[in-house]
Order: sequence, then C-alpha cells, then structure tokens
Amino acid sequence: MIEIKGLTKKYGSFYALNDLNLTLEEGTVFGFVGANGAGKSTTFSILATLLQPTSGDAFVNGKSVKNDAHEVRKQIGYMPDFFGVYDQLKANEYLDFYGASYGISEKEREVLIPQLLELVNLSHKRYDYVDLLSRGMKQRLCLARSLIHDPKVLILDEPASGLDPRARVEMRDILRQLKGMGKTILISSHILPELAEMCDEIGVIDGGRLIAHGSVADIQAQLAGEKQITVKLKGLLENAVQFFEEDPFVSKVELEVDKNSITFHYRGSEEDQINLLRKALDHSLKIISFSETETDLEDVFMEITKGVK
Amino acid sequence: MKQLLANPVLVKEIKLRFRSLKSFTGILFYLIAMCIFVFGFIMLTTSFTGTGYFRPEESFFMFAMLSYIQLGLILFITPGLTAGAISSEREKQTLNILLTTSQTSFQIIFGKLTSSIAFLLLLVVAGLPIYSLVFLFGGVSPGQLGIIFLFFFLTMLAIGGIGIMYSTIIRKTIVAMIATYGTMIFFTAVTGFIYLVITGMNSMAAGTLASSPIAHFFASINPVVLMLTLISPGSDSFITESTKVDLPIWIGYTIFYICITVFSIFIAVKKLRVNMKRTR
Repeated sequence: MIEIKGLTKKYGSFYALNDLNLTLEEGTVFGFVGANGAGKSTTFSILATLLQPTSGDAFVNGKSVKNDAHEVRKQIGYMPDFFGVYDQLKANEYLDFYGASYGISEKEREVLIPQLLELVNLSHKRYDYVDLLSRGMKQRLCLARSLIHDPKVLILDEPASGLDPRARVEMRDILRQLKGMGKTILISSHILPELAEMCDEIGVIDGGRLIAHGSVADIQAQLAGEKQITVKLKGLLENAVQFFEEDPFVSKVELEVDKNSITFHYRGSEEDQINLLRKALDHSLKIISFSETETDLEDVFMEITKGVK
Repeated sequence: MKQLLANPVLVKEIKLRFRSLKSFTGILFYLIAMCIFVFGFIMLTTSFTGTGYFRPEESFFMFAMLSYIQLGLILFITPGLTAGAISSEREKQTLNILLTTSQTSFQIIFGKLTSSIAFLLLLVVAGLPIYSLVFLFGGVSPGQLGIIFLFFFLTMLAIGGIGIMYSTIIRKTIVAMIATYGTMIFFTAVTGFIYLVITGMNSMAAGTLASSPIAHFFASINPVVLMLTLISPGSDSFITESTKVDLPIWIGYTIFYICITVFSIFIAVKKLRVNMKRTR
C-alpha cells in the first residue's frame, strides 16, 4: 500500500530525511516514533504531496507522490500536527466544504456527514461554529474531515498532541474503530505506549534516518537482548546485591531499600535465568518475588536513539 | 460554467464573507458616503445657482465624480480583499489541508478570486440606485454607464489577479498587501508621471512633438487616464497629439490588463502547490 524508496529531503546541507526506505502492507497501523525534528512530519508532508523530496520517491497504492500527486491526494486522508479552522463555519458546513472539495455529490454528503460526526462523537455539535469547539473536538472533527472521501490511507501527524487525558482516550478509541475498518494508518505520536497499544508496526526515526522498524515485539527485542529483572526480598539486601553482582550476565544492579527490592539488567538465556534463581535460593536469599519488568516503548525509544546523531 | 460556479472555495468564501458583520457595515458606510456626496452635490448646486433645478451638464459632472469615486474604491479595496486570499489561509494553518484535497490549483485560485470580485461587484451594483439619479437628470447615456462598468470589471479582475498572485508567492499577508498596493500605485500614478516626463522631454528635445509609443503605452495602462477618455469621449485626442500614436487607449488598456490577469492567475496556479509533475 505504501512504499518509500530512498526518500531524502535536504535544506541546504541539513538532512531532514536521509535515505528513508519503508514498505507497509494494506491495513497496517504504523506508528512513527521520533523526537521533535527527527523527520516524522517531513515524511508525512511528502506523503501528503505538500513537500517535494530532494531525491527518492514514495508510492501510495502504486501512485507516485512526485509524478501522480493528484491521484495520491484521492487516496490519502491527512491530518497535520498543527491546523486551523475557518471562523464562522459550522461543524457540518466544515465537513460539507471538504466533501465538496473532494468532488462528493451533495446527496452523498448529506448521508455521509451525520455518519462521520457520529463516528467522532460530535453529532451534538453539528450546528456549532468550528472555531468555538474545544481543542479535542477540533481534533476529532479534523479526523472526520480526513475521512470524508473514504481514503485508503490515513496520515495522522500527532493526532493526540495537546489533548487532555479524556480526549486522548476518545481519540484512541476512534483510531481503534478505524483500524477495525481496515484502513492503512500512519500515525506519529510522542505518547509512545499509546502507539504500542494500537500499532502493528513501529518505526523509530532519528536525525532523518529510520533506525528501527518492525513489530512492537521486534523493536523491544532489539534492546540488545537485555531484560530487566526485579527481585523482592526479605532482609539480607547487601548480601543479595553482592550475590547478583557476581553473576556474569547481570549488570546495572540497583538497590531500593524502601521497597526491599533489587533491580538489574540480565542478558542471559532463560536457562541461565532459571539457574540464577536456583542459586539465589541455595544462597539462602529470602526471595518473595523474582520477575521480569515489562519494558515500555519509551524505554525502547530512549535505548535505540541513544548515541544516534 | 455551472461547475465553475459550484466551486467549493467560492461557495465557502461567499458564505463566510456574508456572515461577517464587517461586510455589511462596509457596504452600509460606502452607500452612506455615496448618498452624502450625491445629495450634497445636488443641494449645493441647486442652492448656488438659485434656480432650484439641476441641469444635464451638472448631472454629467456628478456622474464623472461618482465614477471616479468608484474607481478609487476599486483601486483601494481590491488589494485588501485579494492580497490575503492565500497567505491568510497559510497564516491560519488551513492551507495545507486545502492543498491535500483533490481540488485543482486552478479551482482554488479561481474560487478565491471570484469570491473577492463578487463582493466588489456587489458594492458597485449596490451603488447603482444612486447612479440612477444621474439618469433622472439626464446628460449620460446608459451605454456610457455600461462601458464604465465593463472598465471597472476589467480593472478589478486585473488588480484582483495581481493580489492573488502576490498572496500565493509571498508568505505574509501584510507584505503581499504592500506589494499589491505598490503595483496599483505604479499603474495609477507612476505610469501617468512617466507619460508626462517622456512627452515633456520629447517636446523639449525636438521642439516639435515626435512619435512616442512608450509614452502612449504608459498613458494606455493608466486607469485614471482611460476613465477620463471614457467619461468624455474624444478627450483622448490630447494623448494622440502628444504621442503621435493614433490608437485608442482603451485597446492598449484592455490587452494589457487581460494579459496581466492571465499572467497573474497562471503564476498563482503554478506556485500554489509544490512543483511536482502533473500537479494539476
């Protein structure tokens, strides 16, 4: 559905994007992760035909953004990270305007607009002026706008940014519904755990380069094979610290006295891990629990982008 | 044609413009100003002559003054209406979304231009009942009024096109507005000045007037000069005599301003979106 080949965007000597390659199958929900200025919005702008790449090309459903921009626009629904709304235009008129802009007939628009407002939970705001809606409502309305021509691909640039927790949850629910509809969705966000919940694939971009790409599990596995283990004990904490530090697969041992626990990084196999636990029990350590800590996506991101320039 | 008028941008712009109180107060104050001028002129004329009636010559003078006021209005308002058409969308962060729709660049530019021209036409047409007083007192033919209105239309189309072009290629509305007003001042004042300088230099250098197509060209593209020749036909003989070019200036004006309109719209359409191949 989406194919990006050697996409590069240069501003003078600065590379906003550097040889980006990516292929996404139809129906994939792809999360684009990266710090500010990493190249996420540049990639999305090129896919939305708003920016011309310096070199390389991107294809949406086989149509080139460079050579067939008009056809690409019909296939995509784009929601930018920052957008404005027209003053003195009501929510239904706002959608009607964009529907007409996509060449949808008046009759079809009359049916479509209430459905879209229903999808984004804004039916009750149908006759309200758009500029008077809250930030979260504007975001949802913009999402409805991007769906008006039933695009196969949705490009959502930080759709949850600036929203309060409730609005974030509402936005996430809508995106889940869209995923259920089989749309190919490209979404960027700084709320990384949210991406992990709804994305099939994640791409980590830094300094204009795609430095990691794969399923959420794959990306987590790229964390140099390390896992984080927390051991809760009853007494003898200093002995325990010394014991774990002596193990060749253990590193970064941290003692949390108030919680009676020790946390360390472990890079051994599952067999080694079983042996470690057995040896600890033999060593008379009073272990209450011995568990792997779930690594969240933010940790993964911090780990992967560490040292990348 | 129906498809052109069903342009989404045009429909939206007209809707937004007429929801704004500014538009109505603008028309109101314009008509009040016109009324004050017309009725004040009639009152003053009839009081000064002491005859108590208004003669066709005075009616003609009033027509000329009204036409110049409307020309001033067009020259003053058109840049304000068009120079922010695209740049204000950019500033309000609505342009990017508009550009990702399947509307062609021409449709967007056409919608923006026609909505601004439509508002100006409304202003001009709203003043027609006041103009009709001229017919009440005689001195002016309906044909003359028709020609004046055609001239207004072409002028607002050209200035509107220039405004839209600047609005597309310049990011900031204020700068686009200054550029449009600057161009308008060039056409209305600087061209007249250049015409006077060239004809003056010609007469001083040769003793007698030599042919000067350049001076004729600058006189032709000046709306104030053309207005004068349209109000009092035959008055363009002074230009023919001073430049030794026997071509009615309305021909040069029409060709030049049509070219300016087409060129401006072409540039605006080309520059609206990034330069991708087959970006219609």
